[in-house]
Amino acid sequence: MKISKAEVAHIAHLSRLDFTDAEMERFTHQLNDILTYMDKLREVDTEGVAPTAHAIELNNVFREDVVMPSLTNAEALANAPDARGGCLRVPKVVE
Amino acid sequence: METYFLSIGELRAALAAGKLSAAQIITNTFERIASVEPHIHAYVKLLQESALAEAEQIDKEIKAGIIKPLSGIPIALKDILCTKGIETTCCSRILQNFVPPYDATVVTKLREAGAIFVGKTNMDEFAMGSSTETSLFGATRNPYDGERIPGGSSGGSAAAVAANECAAAIASDTGGSIRQPATLCGVVGLKPTYGRVSRYGLIAFASSMDQVGPITQNSADCATMLNVIAGYDRRDSTSVNIPVPDYTQFLGRDITGWKIGIPKEYFLDGIDAEIRRALNKTIEGLEANGAKCLEVSLPHTEYCIAVYYIIAPAEASSNLARYDGVKYGLRARNFGDLIDMYKKTRSYGFGAEVKRRIMLGTYVLSAGYYDAYYKKASQVRALIKRDFQEAFAICDVILAPTTPTCAFKIGEKIDDPMQMYLFDIFTLSANLAGIPGISVPCGYTEAGLPIGAQFLAGHFEEGKLLQIAAVHEQNAAFTKRRLRI
Repeated sequence: MKISKAEVAHIAHLSRLDFTDAEMERFTHQLNDILTYMDKLREVDTEGVAPTAHAIELNNVFREDVVMPSLTNAEALANAPDARGGCLRVPKVVE
Repeated sequence: METYFLSIGELRAALAAGKLSAAQIITNTFERIASVEPHIHAYVKLLQESALAEAEQIDKEIKAGIIKPLSGIPIALKDILCTKGIETTCCSRILQNFVPPYDATVVTKLREAGAIFVGKTNMDEFAMGSSTETSLFGATRNPYDGERIPGGSSGGSAAAVAANECAAAIASDTGGSIRQPATLCGVVGLKPTYGRVSRYGLIAFASSMDQVGPITQNSADCATMLNVIAGYDRRDSTSVNIPVPDYTQFLGRDITGWKIGIPKEYFLDGIDAEIRRALNKTIEGLEANGAKCLEVSLPHTEYCIAVYYIIAPAEASSNLARYDGVKYGLRARNFGDLIDMYKKTRSYGFGAEVKRRIMLGTYVLSAGYYDAYYKKASQVRALIKRDFQEAFAICDVILAPTTPTCAFKIGEKIDDPMQMYLFDIFTLSANLAGIPGISVPCGYTEAGLPIGAQFLAGHFEEGKLLQIAAVHEQNAAFTKRRLRI
């Protein structure tokens, strides 16, 4: 087993996802299949190879710090599930 | 009057000559949609009212002598591109009611070029899939066989073009999502070089590989569309600020003396015999046009799937963290604290494949596994990119299959994620290396399903792809089959 059910539960928490027992069972099985396939990569000698994060190398894309037109407060909040007084509302975080 | 089957080039000529009006074209497009859409389900939203109003406006402009590159042309947009004031869902429950407050840069450019948007097209949820079966709104059907998938993730865009429900469509390609459905539906699809087209307003999946491109009936239309959408955008810092050529100038040029690389790793066992035959015929045709074929090697090909299915989910798990029920999109009901709200919202809002990729991505980035998976994959990605650099040092373009088989049946692979991932084997490498690729029809199976080939070229060599695609189209020894519908 590459990944246990307990590890899948931990990853689910980090991912902010809930699963039923049946889903957890299926995901553990499928993730094991996928991760076993990934073992192929161990065959490749990558000693001294610099990792590529982007195919086209671009460094330090700067721009002048000038104010440009952007969304209004009302536009930015128009899709919010719960907005009041120009702010986004969430459950109380700090006691 | 029936105009729905005409290409962009043909529609433009008829509009310029005053033989057709934009209003006639758009009206006929919606008549076509009404008759075939029940069998195809390419669209998730139709924009009939605004399209007809825009067509009248375009007709006024044309009367005043103003004809823009896409004036009056009916275009479909994959539902992953933000459209101001029009729902953009990524075919996910979590964005079901999302109405973007801005247009994607590609959408702005198309509008400015006179394009008329007929609707938003179906796709796999968040572009994660190879069959358009993971859409919240249900599967799209292949216009050549309703029991089969149209490919994915841009299955709606490809099916809409193939079934003449629009003249052309815009889609996105992170691991083959333009080229693969274009092949399975018998149309032309181009994934540009990473950085050639702005990603601003393209809902992010895997940001280092996502790219927007056209799906069209032929290579000339593809060049016209690329002319409109390509170019630097200050709103996308990964778009590249280099001049954009007029891509139509590459059409009609010959390919005498060109070297076409045939990667031996792409022609091993596992390719369907009918596809292999069609590719061989394509090669013979190109050689008759004066090109020379030579074998090239891309030694890290067999690792592409493993590398892609580590890197893409890793980036996706980070990108999709934004769907938390706070700023936009769905928020679950009956939650306790903030974390519980996140979990209930995301668990209800995302489908199974998206959850699988978020989980996989979170795992490969988590403490203790990062080096073994993400870092290792990023190193092998560098080797895959180097393979292409070495190949393009000795050839102009590479010819490869787009898919190992033709369109499979709806439901065939949906319960086996690994089988679905393996279907992407020939398209992932271009996204990992950032190079452009075009897929072109090259025949049909005995059962009447389309077969496609893909050409790949070096960074920013889209012109070469269009040039060879146009030559192939001219001498392709098959006649485009009319759909039965």
